[in-house]
Amino acid sequence: MDRSSHPRSRRLVPVVAVAAAAALTLAGCSSSSGGKKSEEGGGNASAGKATTPRMTVALVTHQAPGDTFWDIVRKGAQAAADKDNIKLIYSADPNAGTQSNLVQNAIDQKVDGIAVTLAKPDALKGVIGKAKSANIPVVGLNSGLSDWKKLGLMEFFGQDETVAGEALGNKLNALGSKKALCVIQEQGNVGLTQRCDGVEKTFSGKLERAYVNGTDAPSVKSTITAKLKQDSAIDHVVALGAPIALIAVQSVGDAGSKAKVATFDLNKELTGAISKGTIEFAVDQQPYLQGYLAVDSLWLYKNNGNYSGGGEQPVLTGPAFVDKSNVDVVAKFAAKGTR
Amino acid sequence: MRMTQHAEPAVKTPPAPGPKGSDGRTAERPLMVRVLARPEVGVFLGAVAVYVFFLIAAPPVRDGSSMANILYQSSTLGIVTIPVALLMIGGEFDLSAGVGVITSALTASMISYQLTMNVWVGVIAALVVSLGIGFFNGWMVVRTGLPSFLVTLGTFLILQGVNLAVTKMVTGNVATDDISNMDGFDQARKVFASSFDIGGVQVKITVFWWLLFAAIASWVLLRTKYGNWTFAVGGNKESARAVGVPVAFTKISLFMLVGFGAWFVGMHQLFSFNTVQSGEGVGIELIYISGAVIGGCLLTGGYGSAIGPVFGAFMFGMVQQGIVYAGWNPDWFKAFLGVMLLGAVLINLWVQRAMTRR
Repeated sequence: MDRSSHPRSRRLVPVVAVAAAAALTLAGCSSSSGGKKSEEGGGNASAGKATTPRMTVALVTHQAPGDTFWDIVRKGAQAAADKDNIKLIYSADPNAGTQSNLVQNAIDQKVDGIAVTLAKPDALKGVIGKAKSANIPVVGLNSGLSDWKKLGLMEFFGQDETVAGEALGNKLNALGSKKALCVIQEQGNVGLTQRCDGVEKTFSGKLERAYVNGTDAPSVKSTITAKLKQDSAIDHVVALGAPIALIAVQSVGDAGSKAKVATFDLNKELTGAISKGTIEFAVDQQPYLQGYLAVDSLWLYKNNGNYSGGGEQPVLTGPAFVDKSNVDVVAKFAAKGTR
Repeated sequence: MRMTQHAEPAVKTPPAPGPKGSDGRTAERPLMVRVLARPEVGVFLGAVAVYVFFLIAAPPVRDGSSMANILYQSSTLGIVTIPVALLMIGGEFDLSAGVGVITSALTASMISYQLTMNVWVGVIAALVVSLGIGFFNGWMVVRTGLPSFLVTLGTFLILQGVNLAVTKMVTGNVATDDISNMDGFDQARKVFASSFDIGGVQVKITVFWWLLFAAIASWVLLRTKYGNWTFAVGGNKESARAVGVPVAFTKISLFMLVGFGAWFVGMHQLFSFNTVQSGEGVGIELIYISGAVIGGCLLTGGYGSAIGPVFGAFMFGMVQQGIVYAGWNPDWFKAFLGVMLLGAVLINLWVQRAMTRR
């Protein structure tokens, strides 16, 4: 390495060093409020441990990296795995082709069961057939309510997105809403579109739609603001995910609108917002339950030959409403990141 | 290990200046032509066209608070677009800026929360991390001679993974904890995410920061030695080195400037939204780069300005929000955005061609 040809890069070292030193100097300033120290401790749900032989289950979802919702699904699945003496292999990719490769990967590992989400059922059809011919039981969760039987899955755990949307539409009617805005954070996502469709079905007012870029928070904020300014008749904003709902609250303030915010799905900040009243209510599909039941069902099948719903009916995990009346109970669990 | 050094002659003769001086063309070109030949003029006209278009097509845009909203959206892009443009003038490229914003926000949030520190500790730690990422990018590019596209693609992927894995490891969740009740939060929020009341319209502070950074960047680029170095390393690295321009320093510091921009927007996001989701930021790097290119910076380096990207970012914000203000069918949203941007770029290109033609 000939360092002499880059003498100037050395000048940057002191800059970085000074900045680091400044950080260390500041290390004396601890916060007297908030922070980790004030966080309540709390263990995960645990119900003893099965003594059945060790088995391996693969959970393959279409999660995009860093999504809070899927993190909760995974925690539920892990809790069931821990309890049932299961080794859980989790993998995920939003791209349907890659997801199907991940299922193939699980088949190659000769797992004892596969739980899979069917966001794009057609793409997974082939590989699910292979799993069946390899005698690996496959269950579905979260998305694919209209396709799981066609694809020959054993059981399904999830929420009917349309039914959930319809429930939300009814709730809006009860609250006297006249015009609502459905905010879609991922253009072309089937489940999100079904939710809006469901709301539209039962809602007696008018439903507008807006697309926002879910990976860019400032842009979500200004787009919702713009929509509220453009149409001042909107009295409810319906978000399709907790982080989006929290941003929508700020947009409502920025736009000087009187609209209320309702949402699908929960996280721990959202339960706080419901108790404070900044968010009116949330429709919860209980992602923890989806992950938990899917994994647990594979254990039950292997050890006792059971199948939930008799292989005919899906097991619905939602829609459950969370509003001011019941938020305190839910908030406790949401704080641990499991609700 | 000296991959950057080829067997070229140390001093490369610049191309012959041509017969310019002898044929009567020494006279200054008319002011109009000189103004129109500036890199930012095409995008300026494009931005005006888009603005006028939406003024007519979308009545809510005429309202002052709508303009504040459009400027806000533009500023969160623009604060990073400016250093990205400088870097591009310097002949390099950064794909990691979008996720870099989130890395910075995550760092600040987690350090403050996990160690229960005043949030300013996190803010400064995040600055160190962001500048460090910039330094790493620049250092890798300078030392290895690899195209910055590859190096920063690597950083982009690394940061994406690190953002997710470290957040999950530290917080147990994929989003950070709420820090809004911690010491120093309100102060930091004033700096990074407050608003000003101007004639009854709430204007976000990021808009002022954006314009201030643009002014500083423009001054540096046009009036200082560092600005000359930037143009020189982007134009021809070898001849720049031959005439004594510190190529390594210039390139590394330009990458660090992008780190600074990413840090600033990261802090805005953190103090505006209280928590950060670790999967965000993917894809935004292309918008920063588009903003710089629309703003008149050449992808090949050596040409551009710091004001052009301001209009580039404005155009992006204007189109993105204008479509919503116009109340068009949102299914077409992305398509509209693409068409309008292409149209604007074509105007830009046409103006440049028309004006630089002899």
